[in-house]
Amino acid sequence: MFPTPIERTSRTWQISYQALLPFALILWLLPLIGVAVFSVKPAADFTNANYWGLPSSFEGFTNYALVFTASDMPRYLLNSVFITVPTVLGAVALSTMTGFALGIYKFRSNIWIFFMFVAGNFVPFQILMVPVRELTLNMGLYNTIPGLVLFHIAFQTGFCTLFMRNFIRALPFELIEAARVEGVSEWRIFWYIVLPLMKPAIAALSVLIFTFIWNDYFWAVVLTQGVESQPVTAGITSFNAQYRAAYHLMSAGSIVAALPPVAMFFLMQKHFIAGLTLGAVK
Amino acid sequence: MADISTSHDTKAESWWHKNQQKLAPWLFLAPGVLFFLVYVIFPIFQSFNISFYEWDGLGTREYVGLYNYEELYWDDAFYTSLKNNLIWLVLYLLAIPAGLFIALFLNQTVTGIRLYKSLFFFPFVISQVVVGLVFTWFYDPTFGLLNIVLAQFGLGPINVLGDENYVTTGIIIAGLWPQTAYCMILYLTGLNAVDPEQIEAGRLDGAKGGKMLWYIILPQLRPATFIAFVVTIIGALRSFDLISIMTNGGPFGASRVLSFYMFEVALSEYGFRMGYGAAIAVVLFLIMLMFIAYFLWSMYREEKAR
Repeated sequence: MFPTPIERTSRTWQISYQALLPFALILWLLPLIGVAVFSVKPAADFTNANYWGLPSSFEGFTNYALVFTASDMPRYLLNSVFITVPTVLGAVALSTMTGFALGIYKFRSNIWIFFMFVAGNFVPFQILMVPVRELTLNMGLYNTIPGLVLFHIAFQTGFCTLFMRNFIRALPFELIEAARVEGVSEWRIFWYIVLPLMKPAIAALSVLIFTFIWNDYFWAVVLTQGVESQPVTAGITSFNAQYRAAYHLMSAGSIVAALPPVAMFFLMQKHFIAGLTLGAVK
Repeated sequence: MADISTSHDTKAESWWHKNQQKLAPWLFLAPGVLFFLVYVIFPIFQSFNISFYEWDGLGTREYVGLYNYEELYWDDAFYTSLKNNLIWLVLYLLAIPAGLFIALFLNQTVTGIRLYKSLFFFPFVISQVVVGLVFTWFYDPTFGLLNIVLAQFGLGPINVLGDENYVTTGIIIAGLWPQTAYCMILYLTGLNAVDPEQIEAGRLDGAKGGKMLWYIILPQLRPATFIAFVVTIIGALRSFDLISIMTNGGPFGASRVLSFYMFEVALSEYGFRMGYGAAIAVVLFLIMLMFIAYFLWSMYREEKAR
């Protein structure tokens, strides 16, 4: 193990390491802790310039209740769910198939199709912006949730294919060969043999895509406009405009907006990290 | 009749049976490739095309040839954006050593270390919109923590986001926070896979600290470094959310980057100049293409080696 395991070092370093850990963590998360403290403060604290001191009273419940009752926040959150969940399902469904095709079959254009997905996944969003907006407008889907979902599915398929294909490559190929000898059809090989083995990859991609899409801001601004379809990342800016300088409410709103992916991460940590490392770093 | 149709069926089936291994990949690929072509690949070419037109997004397009690019050549805002993009690229790469540093710090087996690791990773999971907001307050000249700390050292208040000289660096630091967390997790997973025997061998040979890191650990972390490099470069060139939230390109356009300037030209109150916006996007795309080509080339080599 590197660096030298702490148990094998001097007593003083062991103690300082243990003390350093929480200190470093607090320093690292200071901006977030600040927002968390802001979100439970009463409005009066900000008018009295008590920004970083202890809250003069605990108003957490009132502030968070206000976020849910006195703004469009619930609607934005719901929109985010309706955008994120179908995207995850769609992208995972498409990429299990593309990943299977590129991972199992040998044909000449295989690597080029694979590279098309990888390269497309890396392009700057701006080169797609004008045509995709135009396409969405022409389909009558501008400012609708399906309009956003369709684009997200298509774009995420690039990343998901990269991941799925590499994952399938690592599966034992003899399994598939044996099934072919038995005369099992290709579709059944996919459905009954490969798909069950892909469960970890599917889980990893699901949490990862959930986070990516939930946190998307650019496409939300480009393809949607109003409260009827905008997700919470775009909604938070209108929320902040509504409560300008009401720092306690803006903080509470931000925390509410940030929470779902955070919860997802803590629940599915192992899968999440497997996904982030693209399965390449084991 | 019934006889004919059944014989036709068996014939079709046997034809399918013979060729299914050839056809199956295309059937599996069809929906994904179709989606990707329509929404990602074709739009790239369409953008190239639109960049030769003057177009407000609604009326008729007017062909202007290379005029948009010529205008770009004389546009000061374009050069500001380009310069800022370069600063982003260079400074954003600091996330890699910083992530490695934190990963080395956390790569221990003391109680509760798993929770520490996930809490350190926290910033990456949060939306950049929220990160931007948090750092805007952190930099705030009246109540921001930064200026309170600076005041302790007798240093005057700095309005980071309101000063042309500091604004880009200020935003990049906000961006480094989640990006460092990402690189950290890549290295933590990488460190897990480092061969303990090589470390022991190195120790016997008297390698320690920096030397050990450089000659024995880092070579084994190459896959992690490669991915960290890829995601950081892409992230740097994609920077949009933070700029939009923290400064909206200001003050006086000093914090613009190409991705933001393009959006501003094509879709904001500045007007709807789709053609000009597309020209900016093409330039950004060409910059990115150099990196994409390099990434693909590295991947191709690895595929061949397998």
